[in-house]
Amino acid sequence: MPEPRYLLFLGCVIPYRISSYEISARKVLEKLGVELVEMPEFNCCGFPLDPVNHDMMLTLAARNLCLAEQQNLNIMTLCNGCFGVLNEVNKMLKEDKKLKEKVNGYLKEIGMEFMGTTTVKHLIHVLAEDIGLEKIKETVKKPLNPLRVAQHTGCHVVRPAKYVGFDDPENPTTLKNLIEVTGAKCLDYMDETECCGAPIIGVNDKIPLQVAREKLDHIRAVGAQAMITVCPFCHMMYDLNQPRIERAFNEKFGIPVLHYPQLLGLAMGIAPEELAIKDLRVDASKLVDLL
Amino acid sequence: MSEKKETRAEETEQRMVIKSTDMDPKFKYEISKLPGAEKIMLCFQCGTCTADCPISRFSEFYRPRKIMRMVQLGLKDRLLSNDAIWLCTTCFTCIDHCPQDVETASIVRALRNLAIKVGVMPLVYKELASNILETGYAYKIPELRLRRREEQGLPPLPKANLESIEKLFDITGFSKTFEKVRT
Repeated sequence: MPEPRYLLFLGCVIPYRISSYEISARKVLEKLGVELVEMPEFNCCGFPLDPVNHDMMLTLAARNLCLAEQQNLNIMTLCNGCFGVLNEVNKMLKEDKKLKEKVNGYLKEIGMEFMGTTTVKHLIHVLAEDIGLEKIKETVKKPLNPLRVAQHTGCHVVRPAKYVGFDDPENPTTLKNLIEVTGAKCLDYMDETECCGAPIIGVNDKIPLQVAREKLDHIRAVGAQAMITVCPFCHMMYDLNQPRIERAFNEKFGIPVLHYPQLLGLAMGIAPEELAIKDLRVDASKLVDLL
Repeated sequence: MSEKKETRAEETEQRMVIKSTDMDPKFKYEISKLPGAEKIMLCFQCGTCTADCPISRFSEFYRPRKIMRMVQLGLKDRLLSNDAIWLCTTCFTCIDHCPQDVETASIVRALRNLAIKVGVMPLVYKELASNILETGYAYKIPELRLRRREEQGLPPLPKANLESIEKLFDITGFSKTFEKVRT
């Protein structure tokens, strides 16, 4: 089987604030023999402009898709938001001829044309479907047996079901399976499928914190030692904003929030320094010492 | 804006009587022409969207069902100037759960698009749009971060094609709207 190759769509949140996700993802994918090709001249996926102007979102996303078509490669994203938008627009343009014509009318002005030859995947699709749990299991050198964690799959990687068509949005199991491969136990908790609240943090500073607090509370209630995310935006809400949530509600959580590749990397025996564990806002050093 | 003020403003609105002159009977047709909002008339007010909404749990006044009804009634001005339409996180639970396949979140998005056309644009979206126009990215990534990438062993961040992005802003007609709302 040839080495899997993907065009890495980095998006904006990761280079802006969450490099630890990129660093750890690149490390574990290298171990798994996945080749990542850098995406030249990409722009914002389009997600932030959908509320502002739907056509702007469509064209920004379509431009990124065209870049991938030019390279003859499939896209892999690390961010749920980027995946949601790029995948949805890709499907819409492939299925709706009229819409494709309209968007291609816009793209013509910048010398591009959407053909419909690429596929968009999120990191967890690549890991679970293209690489497979068996192969990942082979790379686990230090099973994280004593560890009990909680997963947060997030929204756009499973919803809306009619565009994503992956996993069960009511009971997503992909991330759970990926976690259990590392030897860690993935705990069930209340309202696992709830949103992190991050997309409206710029509009309202109270409600998103309440939404995120509720989830941290449910995770603490089942005794999870860490939370595992696969989206930089969700991660920002639970990790970077955790001290803010603690201040706002006058309570202490201290729940480390790891990117899934950090967890997998630890199980592969990669040193914590190489996985940028120290970059996390909520201190995870005690957790790492446990292992 | 403080939460208290918002709640008070909302209470006043709740008590307001709906006059027939407030209603624009054509609004439901206008909005159903927008992508994703086609099925607005199929909403039969079951309330599944509100019951399953993560924001409605914590907000005094964000109620997707109510928004759908207001659209059907044609309360256009009240909707477009309402803070509530900016509270959807786009978790898409309502889209998955709606028994009528109404795409509630897409209708909220259509309302937002219309609100911007009449000059209502929350500051955060003004920032995001200018950042994309100026850098290609939704956030202005500081020089320090770009330099740190090298120390971290990461490849340099590619420069976006700003000429293309500016053109896309122009041809979609968004530049014009944005110019007006910005100032």
